[in-house]
Amino acid sequence: MHILVVEDDPTVRNFVAKGLREAGHLVEPVDNGKDGLFLAVSENFDLIILDRMLPGGIDGLRLLETIRAQNNTTPVLLLSALADVDDRVQGLKAGGDDYVTKPFAFSELLARVEALSRRGRNENAPQTRLNVADLEIDLLSRSVRRNGQRIDLQPREFRLLEYLMRHAGQVVTRTMLLEGVWDYHFDPQTNVIDVHVSRLRQKVDKPFDSPLIHTIRNAGYMLRAD
Amino acid sequence: MASAGQTFPGDGERRRRFRLPRSAGLRFSLGYGLLFALSSILFMSFIWWGTIGFLERQVETAINADARALSQRWTEGGLPTLALTIDDRLEQNLDDDAIYLMVDPTGHRLAGNLSEWPAQVVRSDRWYSLEVTRAGMRDTAQIHAFDLPGGFRLLVGRDIRARAVLRRLLTDSLLWAWMMVTLLAISGAALVHSMFRRMIKSVAQTTQAIAHGDLSRRMPLVGNGDELDQVAEAINEMLDRIVRLMDGVRQVSNAIAHDLRTPITRARTQLEDAALHARDTGELRAAVERAVGDLDNVTSVFEALLRIAQIEAGSRRSAFAPFDLVPLLADIGDLYEAVAEERQIHLVLRLPPSVPFYGDRAMMQQAVANLLDNAIKFSPAGGTVTLAAALGPALPGLAMPTPTRDVVSIAVTDEGIGMNEADLARASERFFRAEAARNTPGAGLGLSLVQAIVQLHGGTLRLYPRQPGLAVRMVMPVPREAPRASRLPRRNAAPTPAPSRVTETSRSPHEGDT
Repeated sequence: MHILVVEDDPTVRNFVAKGLREAGHLVEPVDNGKDGLFLAVSENFDLIILDRMLPGGIDGLRLLETIRAQNNTTPVLLLSALADVDDRVQGLKAGGDDYVTKPFAFSELLARVEALSRRGRNENAPQTRLNVADLEIDLLSRSVRRNGQRIDLQPREFRLLEYLMRHAGQVVTRTMLLEGVWDYHFDPQTNVIDVHVSRLRQKVDKPFDSPLIHTIRNAGYMLRAD
Repeated sequence: MASAGQTFPGDGERRRRFRLPRSAGLRFSLGYGLLFALSSILFMSFIWWGTIGFLERQVETAINADARALSQRWTEGGLPTLALTIDDRLEQNLDDDAIYLMVDPTGHRLAGNLSEWPAQVVRSDRWYSLEVTRAGMRDTAQIHAFDLPGGFRLLVGRDIRARAVLRRLLTDSLLWAWMMVTLLAISGAALVHSMFRRMIKSVAQTTQAIAHGDLSRRMPLVGNGDELDQVAEAINEMLDRIVRLMDGVRQVSNAIAHDLRTPITRARTQLEDAALHARDTGELRAAVERAVGDLDNVTSVFEALLRIAQIEAGSRRSAFAPFDLVPLLADIGDLYEAVAEERQIHLVLRLPPSVPFYGDRAMMQQAVANLLDNAIKFSPAGGTVTLAAALGPALPGLAMPTPTRDVVSIAVTDEGIGMNEADLARASERFFRAEAARNTPGAGLGLSLVQAIVQLHGGTLRLYPRQPGLAVRMVMPVPREAPRASRLPRRNAAPTPAPSRVTETSRSPHEGDT
């Protein structure tokens, strides 16, 4: 993926750029809003990672609003120290697709970057069925089968599985699950997500030979066929 | 007066043509005095005109009646009878105030007590008030002339010397009275002014002392509950809040100094130690990871603190909206049910079909999640944690339902380690952790956040000890009309909430609440 990183702090910029390159992406780092805007409109990126507070007269939101006004639909991930609910809403209203607050764990950022790139590809075709290896879910009848065998899931477990399947092959963090499945925007102190995932595993993985839901250390979970 | 004026510079008024005094107190008292004096002038003028006018009208009526009687005499018996009647009347007039004169066409006197016809009296259709000479004395008289047939003329009048005396007397006494009233008005104004000054002075002095840092000062209260006391009370209340906020800030900065410095120190030590002593990459990596974990803790504490501060500042009321609490609570219950089950804790939800609420959705989610977090964290295996919500039941000393608002209470009870009395009182302080809870993870900010959220919703957070365990109850008022009218028909569209009905009951409601 071709990713534009607009971030004025050199440590954060280099860290993000290095991590994304290691993950196999082509990164264009920029340290101010003016250059960022120039690159964003003149080149074609798959994703823009954008800091909000930038030097050079054009801050992140201005940049975002400008490219959205030109019908540029490149997914934008806002990366900001402004962590208020209001700031987050403001950022998403301006046209941002996701919002990560500083300080952040790189695994979280990477997982969201992957999720955003996937979203761009999937959106045009509404799916009624999702398949990963021998696991299949039907979104209309809300039924789950693995290896031809029917699995009964609670509604919430179904939504959890659906989310994991939609992001199959990607790391999904606990925060993403909490936001995507439960629509909660706070961090519970206890490991609530882990417990729900482990329940899902009991039903989806345990009776079968090969596990599909994998724990990614220090990051989250991933659903994939081995 | 100038000193009091300095506190209230009436900048706008000073440019006007009538330079109003700069002291608000003086302006008030001047206004008061002026109004008093003016109204007394009006009042006394009314009395004066009323009395004098009445006397005048009485004289005129008497003269008219006299004249009518006399003209009847003339019709009955002609000139001699009239002359006789006039003489009779003069004789019977004990007050000696009647004046009669009848003259023939040549002006010769026929009867009466005036020596000659007064030169000024020429017309018979108006009243004359003039000086007449009668029996060697000059008098003031009210006189009316009447034309008789044959060129004869009749003059009827009354001596109004007495009336003039009365008038002077009345004028004098009213003037005196007015002077006294004005004096009273002035002294009243001075009194009002000094009272005003005293009251402003005490407020100004106290606020000034507070502005200079003496936060222990309070407005003196008279205790009669008048407006002054109300103002003083409002100011005192404000001061109490300021003190509480400042204490909070002090407490937080102390807590930050301790609770943030500790993990930062730990992270720093680990990194430095690893840099100096790590023997291989594995060890180095492990130390760095531990340090990152510590820093993540610092971040989450920091974020929780910011959130509490932000909520306490009350800036997040913008997100308030009406919604039904029950689906929200059921969802959170669903989220935590798995955790509870994993720890062999029985999580029971006791929810009515619907609880209309007005507030911030995300915050209520967080508050309830924090309470459940705590309850599950401190519960032993096999215990029961209950999440209950109810609309209406007022508890002594808490917010009461009124015609315009309901009271919603959300309670989380557990059978865990509980808290002793001293700890209960401090439980919602930032960074407070009971001794018995030292070994469990957490920063001691969960309840502070809940407390801030409940306060933002205008409610109170109460903790009750149970045997064993703890009950935490959020009691919040909900405005009745608007939110209910616009309530979205959600999962439970029951028209009337039935607080007593529970979806899943293992014990009777409110058991164990004190």
